[in-house]
Amino acid sequence: MARAVMYDNIRRARTVVVPSALALPLMAMVAPGARAEGMPQLDFGNPYVIGQVIWGAGIFLVLYLLLSRSALPKVEKVLSQRRQTIETDLEIAHKAKTRADEAVAELHTARHNAMAEAQANVDKVVEEARIAAARQTEEMNTRLATEIRDAEARVSQARDQALASVREISTNTAETLIHQLSGIAAPADFVTAKVGSAAAARGL
Amino acid sequence: MGVIGESLRFSQSPMMMIVAAILVLAFLYVGMRPAAVVPGRLQAAAEICYDFIHNMAVDTIGPEGRAFFPFVFTLFFFILAGNYLGLLPFSFAFTSHIAVTLALALMVFCLSIIVSLKVQGARFFAHFMPAGAPKALAPLLIPIEILSFLSRPVSLSIRLFANMVAGHVMFDMFAAFTIMLAGLGFFGDIIAVGPVVINIALMALELLVGALQAYVFAILTCIYLREAVAH
Repeated sequence: MARAVMYDNIRRARTVVVPSALALPLMAMVAPGARAEGMPQLDFGNPYVIGQVIWGAGIFLVLYLLLSRSALPKVEKVLSQRRQTIETDLEIAHKAKTRADEAVAELHTARHNAMAEAQANVDKVVEEARIAAARQTEEMNTRLATEIRDAEARVSQARDQALASVREISTNTAETLIHQLSGIAAPADFVTAKVGSAAAARGL
Repeated sequence: MGVIGESLRFSQSPMMMIVAAILVLAFLYVGMRPAAVVPGRLQAAAEICYDFIHNMAVDTIGPEGRAFFPFVFTLFFFILAGNYLGLLPFSFAFTSHIAVTLALALMVFCLSIIVSLKVQGARFFAHFMPAGAPKALAPLLIPIEILSFLSRPVSLSIRLFANMVAGHVMFDMFAAFTIMLAGLGFFGDIIAVGPVVINIALMALELLVGALQAYVFAILTCIYLREAVAH
């Protein structure tokens, strides 16, 4: 593995080194005796020095035109395409997020509504049960009160009846006792009057 | 053919300019050939270079910088490729020639004047009198401002030229030390390794200087153009 990487590196280095090594003699051939004493740059009498400006202007112009018309717009195109791709993707992601957010909000609302409805139902049922219980209690109370009242009326009636009979029984008892004890029949009006006064004295 | 015809003779300087131009174009064309949404290494490098100069132009000049971006890009990479090509053995650093750097600087200077006159009109000349300065100082300030304005192409060209020449002169000096020391016998041979090591370090320095000077040239161009488009 390491050996393969090493061979790969050597091959790669060779692609750089070999052309460079071939280019060196070529450069040396193109520039024969390019050595100069002092500052050849300032030797403006040499036509080569000024020639550079003319050649340089032309080469610079051609380079500028090629770069500005062809090479740089190419880079710009790729960069703007990438920007556009990223923006489109971002927009899609944003839209998806908005949709997801909406769905979540909808879910929350639905859940909230369902909870409120359920609570309302529970409250309603509880209220109904409470009202029903109250009504039942009231009915029972009414019935019980009626029954008590009836019973009291009956008791009172029975008592009145009983009390109404007291004088008659007392008169009969007194007549019987007098007859038994004395052997005489006491006059009925007399006995009734006596019993009546005795009963009145006792509050009957 | 006369002086003009004589100067049109091809030399290694225009050849290196062509090589530089081809390298820059090849870098972009080959790098951007996949035109992938997810870039490879070379494409990413080309895009980073594009973004670097684009940001420099737009951030420094402003929104109008978009129009000057191809110019700044050409300038930066032409100088950078020239600086780096000059570091190769048997090569030629055309940026070490004052004729070339002065031509480039004058091009930037003229462009900034043309843009200034086009955008600001006659108000361009008002810049030579700093706003808020007392009027009594005008006879002193205006010549100073004009002088500093005119010195722009000089400083721009000499900065690049001097940096490149100084780097190559240092290479030459230390290489010459090696040869001189090697002539001193056995100990000379050992000591002669020193200048070689220094030259290796200098190569690293020159790689830095080459990029830095291209950057300085490009950013100063942007600054001059910003002043030109400023209202």
